[in-house]
Amino acid sequence: MITPHRLDVQNISIGYGEKIILRDLSFQVPHGARVAVVGPNGAGKSTLFKALVGLLPLQSGQILVHGEALHSHNDCVAYVPQREEVDWRFPVTVRDVALMGRFSQTGWFKRPSARDYEIVENSLAQMGIADLAERSIGQLSGGQQQRAFLARAVAQEPHILLMDEPFSGVDATTQEATLRLLDHLREKQVTAVVSTHDLNLAASRFDLVLLLNHQLIAFGAPQAVFVKENLTRAFGSSLLMMESGAALVDECC
Amino acid sequence: MDFLLEPLAYAFMQRGLLASVMVGVLCAVMGTYVVLRGMAFLGDALAHAILPGVAVAYIFKGDLLVGAGAAAVVVALIIGVFTKDGAVKEDTAIGILFAAALSLGVALISAMQTYAVDLSHILFGDVLGVSAADLWLIGGLSLVILLAVVALYKPFLVLSFDPVLAATLRLPANLLRNVMLILLALTVVVSLQTVGVSLAAAMLITPAATASLLTRRLLPMMFVSAAIGALSSIVGLYLSYYLNIVSGSAIVLTATLFFLLALGWKRLRNLTR
Repeated sequence: MITPHRLDVQNISIGYGEKIILRDLSFQVPHGARVAVVGPNGAGKSTLFKALVGLLPLQSGQILVHGEALHSHNDCVAYVPQREEVDWRFPVTVRDVALMGRFSQTGWFKRPSARDYEIVENSLAQMGIADLAERSIGQLSGGQQQRAFLARAVAQEPHILLMDEPFSGVDATTQEATLRLLDHLREKQVTAVVSTHDLNLAASRFDLVLLLNHQLIAFGAPQAVFVKENLTRAFGSSLLMMESGAALVDECC
Repeated sequence: MDFLLEPLAYAFMQRGLLASVMVGVLCAVMGTYVVLRGMAFLGDALAHAILPGVAVAYIFKGDLLVGAGAAAVVVALIIGVFTKDGAVKEDTAIGILFAAALSLGVALISAMQTYAVDLSHILFGDVLGVSAADLWLIGGLSLVILLAVVALYKPFLVLSFDPVLAATLRLPANLLRNVMLILLALTVVVSLQTVGVSLAAAMLITPAATASLLTRRLLPMMFVSAAIGALSSIVGLYLSYYLNIVSGSAIVLTATLFFLLALGWKRLRNLTR
């Protein structure tokens, strides 16, 4: 028997009304792979993440996790949201946030167990924010806030971790903590799908790259994906080809 | 001591006090979600939207609370239907239904002969007219709503804080949203008798907003909000007795005073830091 792919996206199209954001997208991610999702602004990266979480309805196609449809089983997808998606004034502490990652496993009507708290403390320690556990999330710096959400994702013990732009606008410590987490997750056979603007990072720290611009431009190992033809198709006029063969991508941020 | 005990010599004052405290606590607890989820407008709208239900119950000599409850649930669900596919924005849908229901309610009541007195009771509450049967109904409904809030603490927390996490954890978000709307609607119905339709929203929002200034976690926020709601109800009722003013107004003004004190304290603390 062949093990089903951790994540199998089959011919999905997503849009709002008449407007199609992603057209006929298909790719398979094997066990424990680290995938960088790359493409220009507005290429549909966040839309893809929302669809993978199950937040956006598919106009066609299907998403399979472990060979099963997205809504037929529990707990295996964790998502680290973009900063703008969170209400930072909400009255929760860092520990509260991480503990939410345990709710599904503990049961929605039960108190968290000692084991839940142990997992939460370990996750906070792993992200280097154990000393901030009692702080309100609103009091943290941007990087610390992101690490709080990473700790929650770790506490969820997911099979697939989705991160939308975790490297944008954060400090070096957080970027390093995020990358270390990716390495750690790989050892645990957790699949990670991460969107980023940083093509160097995508090329050096990821196993696979998904190049996207409303449709699949290329998917595969970084050196196979990052070739002139693909980059031109994805980034168009914002791409500057240098004589040495290096490419510069002009992005807003 | 006499100052405190004198009003309680009257049975209607005892019932009024009990009813106000229960409503104060209930509104304050549900209000934390109203404040955190930015549903203040919805709370206000729901309060006004129950007017036609009350009017219909009045005309057919039915129970006012039952009529109000039915109207509130219907309006809450219609808001859900209007906004489901994103064709109409939620605040737009609320605005339309709010105005329509209020107009229908006033139209129905104005068709009745004795409407001036009854309308003011419905709009501003009639806490001194609470009967023993009303008290049981308020108590029973409050208990059911608070038990639901306790049981659904974790799902509501996740849904309010992070809808995306709710989706990844496979929470039935639409069902939970509707349950919350129904709980909110029932809360408004329960507060009809004490503070009335037009002041119910204040009891939902003001104590919770005050608590949000003083606390930084959800559970303490709920308890502090409940304490402020209860205290406002007690102080307000005594004020209304001694100053001879409408009790609903006195309760809401007391709650507003607590809010201003908390805001002042918070500003001062930020300055001196």
